[in-house]
Amino acid sequence: MIEFQNVAYNYGGGELLSEMTLTLAPGSFHFLTGPSGAGKTTFLKLCYGELLATAGRVNVFEADVKTLSRDEVARMRRRIGVVHQDCQFLDHLPLAENVALPLTVSGRAVTDTDVEDLLNWVGLKSLAGHRPPELSGGERQRAALARAIIMGPDVILADEPTGNVDWDMSQRLLQLLIELNRMGKTILIATHDLNLIRNAKAQVAARVLRIRNRRLHLAGSDL
Amino acid sequence: MKLPKLITGDMQAGRVVPPTGVIARLTGFTAGAMAFLAVFALALSLASGRLADRWAAALADSATIRISAPPGQMETQTRAVLKILSETPGVASANALTKEAEKKLLTPWFGPGLPLGELPIPQLIDVQETGKGFDAEGLRQRLSAEAPGAVLDDHARWRRPLVRAAERLRLLGLISIALLTGATAAMITLAANAALAANAQVIRVLRLIGARDSYIARAFVRRFTLRALGGAVAGTGLGMLAIAVMPAAAPEGGFLTGLGFAGIGWLWPLLIPPLAAIVAFAATRFAAFRTLRGLS
Ligand SMILES: Nc1ncnc2c1ncn2[C@@H]1O[C@H](COP(=O)(O)OP(=O)(O)OP(=O)(O)O)[C@@H](O)[C@H]1O
Ligand SMILES: [Mg+2]
Repeated sequence: MIEFQNVAYNYGGGELLSEMTLTLAPGSFHFLTGPSGAGKTTFLKLCYGELLATAGRVNVFEADVKTLSRDEVARMRRRIGVVHQDCQFLDHLPLAENVALPLTVSGRAVTDTDVEDLLNWVGLKSLAGHRPPELSGGERQRAALARAIIMGPDVILADEPTGNVDWDMSQRLLQLLIELNRMGKTILIATHDLNLIRNAKAQVAARVLRIRNRRLHLAGSDL
Repeated sequence: MKLPKLITGDMQAGRVVPPTGVIARLTGFTAGAMAFLAVFALALSLASGRLADRWAAALADSATIRISAPPGQMETQTRAVLKILSETPGVASANALTKEAEKKLLTPWFGPGLPLGELPIPQLIDVQETGKGFDAEGLRQRLSAEAPGAVLDDHARWRRPLVRAAERLRLLGLISIALLTGATAAMITLAANAALAANAQVIRVLRLIGARDSYIARAFVRRFTLRALGGAVAGTGLGMLAIAVMPAAAPEGGFLTGLGFAGIGWLWPLLIPPLAAIVAFAATRFAAFRTLRGLS
């Protein structure tokens, strides 16, 4: 699904990420962890083509991201559901339309019951008509997850999906992601919530990647 | 992307971008003002074109030489003048009018019973010019030296600079229309850039969830094209109305009173709104794609 070959990245200063090699196999479940500022968000941006590797090669769905045209990048993103760390929405549209937006922009039919079911699943059904600025941080994160999966993507990338929610809610979100993984989706979650990782490992075969000293390490069973 | 789809379908593409409020309204207003001005530029251009044509037609490629001489010299002077004319470059032909022809010319003024032989009627010579015309001043000097009774009458010539002025005026009208078109394009580009900048966050979100550039561009293109079209329809309508109610001119009226559209000329201003829409379409699309290419 996603393959890093000797990838490096820098924002113009010193190198932030170096020599990263990794393969996310279909149906796998990964956590990405590391201290704040280590480059987790940067890593995810490389996965969906918001950033291009300064060295090495990123393959997504067997295609080198660097060689994709802008339209091909758009099509590639329709197959990757991303929960961004900052969860941006279109503030002038109600939540239901925001969640359905990936369908809308790709010209697919939007069925209200699908959107409703999905909102129900993330526990936001009663807020369908509200506008994003009226939502709490946790509600935004759940909405972002709903938007990320509405297209039925093959891969789900979530950047700190439990950053703004309490323990119970983080457990629920984790359950949602585990459920998606059981449905065959490839999952990558960036987080520094070690409890969340431990909890997940009790339920799925999750592997933990850690960014340390600009390099990617596979964490052992210490977690 | 075709214009009809832009206007009819895909309202949703318009909805994903929040209303651009004052920017869009100003676009409509400016397009309307430009269209209003374009109607006048067009009217000016068409009217001066008609004027140039009319004057050019009146400017027959001919002149007349009138010889008044004592009866004894008439013959020799006429021959001298014809000889001079045959040697003058730019003269295609020259022929002296017969007594009969002159009589015919004078009949309307003096009635049929004119005893032409007894009156000192000047001899008239009709001169046909070639396209370039002849040097009137040079000819006049030779005539006064060699046939003192001959007078060159080229009164139609004074119109030549006027025809040139009218043609220049038509050109200025067309240049004005081109400038108005360019100014409209520039203004809409600025407005579109402002709208794109104001919606940078929206565009970023749309890109990240997999919207193609053409989809995002369409939302802006649709908006500005429709605004420009609406404004231009109103502006053109008002401009045409203003010209229609302009005080009617007598046929012999001066230039200003001739300003307006004649017959099928009224169809020309109807091209202004589609032109405004096309300009807005192209300008917004260009601005949108340039902005989008700068994003990931
Ligand atoms: N657009 C940018 N330009 C320059 N530097 C940047 C940019 N974005 C991020 N950085 C820097 O790159 C480093 C890694 O940022 P990144 O957001 O990937 O970290 P992170 O691991 O996601 O951190 P956190 O856990 O706090 O979210 C940081 O030091 C950050 O300041
Ligand atoms: Mg981050």
